Amino acid sequence: MTAISVTVNGRPHTAQVEPRRLLVDFLREDLGLVGTHIGCEHGVCGTCTVLLDGHSIRSCITLAVQADGAEISTVEGLASGAELHPLQDEFSEKQGLQCGYCTPGMLMRAREILAQNPDPSPAEVREAIASNLCRCTGYQFIIEAVLGAAERMRAGKETAA
Amino acid sequence: MKPPPFDYAAPTTLDEAIGLLAEHADAEARVLAGGQSLIPMMNFRLAKPGYLVDLRRVAGLAGIRREGDTLIIGAMTRMAEVERSPEVAVAAPLLTEAVGLVAHVPVRNSGTVGGSLAHADPAAELPAVALALDAELVAAGPGGTRTIPAGEFFTGSYGTALAPEEILTEVRLPVWPGGHAFIEFSRIHANFAVVAVAALVDTDGDRIRRACVALAGVGPTPVRAHSAERALLGASGDADALREAIRAAAELATADLSPAGDLHASAETRLTLAQVYLRRALELAVSRARNER
Repeated sequence: MTAISVTVNGRPHTAQVEPRRLLVDFLREDLGLVGTHIGCEHGVCGTCTVLLDGHSIRSCITLAVQADGAEISTVEGLASGAELHPLQDEFSEKQGLQCGYCTPGMLMRAREILAQNPDPSPAEVREAIASNLCRCTGYQFIIEAVLGAAERMRAGKETAA
Repeated sequence: MKPPPFDYAAPTTLDEAIGLLAEHADAEARVLAGGQSLIPMMNFRLAKPGYLVDLRRVAGLAGIRREGDTLIIGAMTRMAEVERSPEVAVAAPLLTEAVGLVAHVPVRNSGTVGGSLAHADPAAELPAVALALDAELVAAGPGGTRTIPAGEFFTGSYGTALAPEEILTEVRLPVWPGGHAFIEFSRIHANFAVVAVAALVDTDGDRIRRACVALAGVGPTPVRAHSAERALLGASGDADALREAIRAAAELATADLSPAGDLHASAETRLTLAQVYLRRALELAVSRARNER
């Protein structure tokens, strides 16, 4: 067993893990954060996407020990209390989810996309979410939801300023 | 699909890491860089190392710097960093173009340059880039460090000249003065390439004075298209004449290849793709070489 300390959604955790423990299993099984889904388990589908120090990664091909000392953000950290994050709200409004399996990964990837580019074109969003598979093929509404959230987040920033 | 059990260490110095590899040689110890190839292989149980030496805490292995006409990239530099680096875009635009074709952003956020080179997947982009540029790979081992030319580094499918207790520390890329192109055919965006071509062309006025071409996906290792390179030397003239020279060179190059067919593409398909993509890559590299002057 190896000792690790990670911060998940702002909350510090220390744990003893087997070196072979995948980060996604650490989040789901050890911390009970089952919002992050497991899909292909070989880094192809993207449903296990979380942010590690602000960058999207596949948590199914990342060992928990590799995250030692890192700050992890998962889908559970998006909302503030009962108030949904604009991305979550827009996914709901625009029907950006059908079965919901890809949603946590899509949301976390979208969060990184908008952090890097607050005003992406539809083509840029399409290209950027190519990393994540939607098994319902509902990409059109996902793209609309990300663009809608981008607009609201920009407007929110202007109001705040 | 979970990795089999293994022991693990994340040392802070290179010497310690090399010592651990030697000490745990019986357990088939392996280096863990970004893990974006190794961990999926362990999930599938295609790789079962009994010991992993994680390099993430070893100081001095990540970073990009230029020394004169050489661009030096630390083995633990993440691909996403290379992709965004203005320094790489200026000194080695071939690498910038190639790295954008490696999987997707979340994989490039973790995956490293050294990891890709040392993994030596026959379809991977970065080995072809290293080979086309005549890069030098620097390895550290129990006996000190040594420099391995890219032409001697890739020894077989997933095979390299690295000894089991050696660690790749950096890759040194000569700055290329001319035009470049990295293009590939893959079934879907971000899949492994079926065939990939790295082309470099330097011109003197209208004449081609140097060409370096490497292909991936046409054999167990990336290969240099030496016959095409020689055939292109001195080629000049108008667009039609150059296009004809490139066509002839691509034909010559593919005559030397003997790819194996697999479930992704037959040998014949790979040969056809190699010829078409060679032509396109060379035409693009020539036009860029001319526009840059």
